[in-house]
Amino acid sequence: MSATLPDAIVDSAAIAAATSRRRSVWALAIRNPSVIFGGVILLLMLLIAILAPYLGTVDPTRIDPAMRNKKPDTVLTYRLDDGTPAHRTAIMGTDSLGRDVYSRVIYGTRVSLTVGISVAIIAVALGLVIGLVAGYVRWADGIIMRIMDGLMAIPPILLAIALVSIWRAGLVTVIFAIVVPEVPRVVRLVRSVVLTVREEPYVEGAISVGTPTITLMWRHILPNTVAPLIVQATFTAAAAIIIEAILSFLGIGIPPETPSWGNIMAEGRTLFRVFPHNIMYPGIFLAFAVLAINIMGDGLRDTLDPKMSKKV
Amino acid sequence: MFDFIARRLIAIIPVLAVVAIFVFLMLRLTPGDPAAVIAGDNATSDQIAMIREKLGLDLPIWQQFAIWIGNMLHGNLGESFFFKKTVVELIEQRLEPTLALSICTLVISVFTAVPLGVLAAYRQGSWVDRVVMGISVLGFSMPTFVIGYILIYIFAIDLGWLPVQGYVRIGVDFWQFLERMILPSITLAIVYIALLARITRASILEVLNEDYIRTARAKGLSTRVVLMRHALRNAAVPILTVIGIGIALLIGGAVVTESVYGLPGLGRLTVEAVLSRDFPTIQAVILMFSVVYVVINLLIDISYTLFDPRIRY
Repeated sequence: MSATLPDAIVDSAAIAAATSRRRSVWALAIRNPSVIFGGVILLLMLLIAILAPYLGTVDPTRIDPAMRNKKPDTVLTYRLDDGTPAHRTAIMGTDSLGRDVYSRVIYGTRVSLTVGISVAIIAVALGLVIGLVAGYVRWADGIIMRIMDGLMAIPPILLAIALVSIWRAGLVTVIFAIVVPEVPRVVRLVRSVVLTVREEPYVEGAISVGTPTITLMWRHILPNTVAPLIVQATFTAAAAIIIEAILSFLGIGIPPETPSWGNIMAEGRTLFRVFPHNIMYPGIFLAFAVLAINIMGDGLRDTLDPKMSKKV
Repeated sequence: MFDFIARRLIAIIPVLAVVAIFVFLMLRLTPGDPAAVIAGDNATSDQIAMIREKLGLDLPIWQQFAIWIGNMLHGNLGESFFFKKTVVELIEQRLEPTLALSICTLVISVFTAVPLGVLAAYRQGSWVDRVVMGISVLGFSMPTFVIGYILIYIFAIDLGWLPVQGYVRIGVDFWQFLERMILPSITLAIVYIALLARITRASILEVLNEDYIRTARAKGLSTRVVLMRHALRNAAVPILTVIGIGIALLIGGAVVTESVYGLPGLGRLTVEAVLSRDFPTIQAVILMFSVVYVVINLLIDISYTLFDPRIRY
């Protein structure tokens, strides 16, 4: 075996190595303890959100003046539709309108996860398209990046507040108000990947043999953006959940009757000294959700995007 | 050096222009007649007509922008019909609590986070490192208002050491002022500490592998001198950068913290303005905060040369 290996064998070996490396990165990500820990908590939250009506909850918007401001673990007596009395333990108490805090917190999981996931998906999708254009179309690059710089110069919470004040509050407007400040970060990321990848010899090779731009993007550019974008998406989701809670807490987010964690806390503000449970329970859920996503994001970054993980 | 400052100054012009255009367009994107929106719900038709003329709302939009930006540059930020004051007066009134809160927060953050980060880096992999990093992830995930209420509950309600809410002007009674600043600044500092400790640890770790650190150790310098004089100083640039970027976090956090602690500052003003749809005030506050953010980052860019003489422009 003194002769060199035939080219074909070398090639297929290299390809096999490359694919297995790519696959092993994902396998590594899934086995990373941080990813597992965060993922399990998130999965639990997702289950809570989906199964909210079956977790011993009542209508989270039902107002009951007779049952106002009950401390946690109070046994409530109420009448069923046919008039027979029934008992229920309000494990997290009730708020100043007599609504069941436990039910509101459980249903609030739906709002927060919806906001987190939608903002992450929309911001990444928009950022990806704009970033690809900026990285690829020379004349548009300058204009797009100046606009992005300008948007990034406005502190994200203020930008979201400004947009909410224009659009009037609602779930959809809140989602878009949070998307806008997040998009520039995605655009910068995608653009930088495009600019690095297009200098690579294999991309220049592909260009020189006449590969159409669309194919080039699909085959060579996009796959390189996947890992950093997944990492970015997790952090975006965490930020979105916090900003939604802040907006609702300040009274300028989702309409107050909607059970979102921020709204429950906003409602509990005035009577906080006497009834801290209105703020503590949703606060714990909120902190847990964000913590889980951040821990998962850290784990994903360590495995999928080692260059980034060295930086921060 | 002056060349560099001039270039950086020119570079912020397009950024601020985009911000100005956005803030200007805010009012035009709102459904309804801008003059009526500015005047608020209780305005008479005379008032609305007066505003229309003053802002030149009958002129083409680019001329309106020219008038508006001219007013802004002359320090005429408009008039708040809701608060019945000029916006400049409003901002002056509300500036002190926000400024005090920001400065206290920055001081607490830097003096806590940097030593923690250095310690974590120096003892990389030890339990100290794990604890610092754990606190950092936790601090980053705890929303500011949740931290605020937990601190109020423990220190103001349960232990009764500090007042729950409210603000006393620094000129009225300094000690009461300080007492009321403690909880808000710690609340706001926690996110900042999380961010700064992380970046400090990362930058120090990078520097600790350098040859000159080994040389300094080999000379027999004490650990303290090596860490502070050699490592920290060389890691200062990324730390400063993050302090600058973090100003955005600080401004956003101030809005929340002021609401939690009932501080009558600019953040609270922003929320009140949004709730009462007082657009001149919203516009002015957003413009002002953005300018402050951009200018602070500009100053930090320029200050790099002080910390790292190798950087020459």
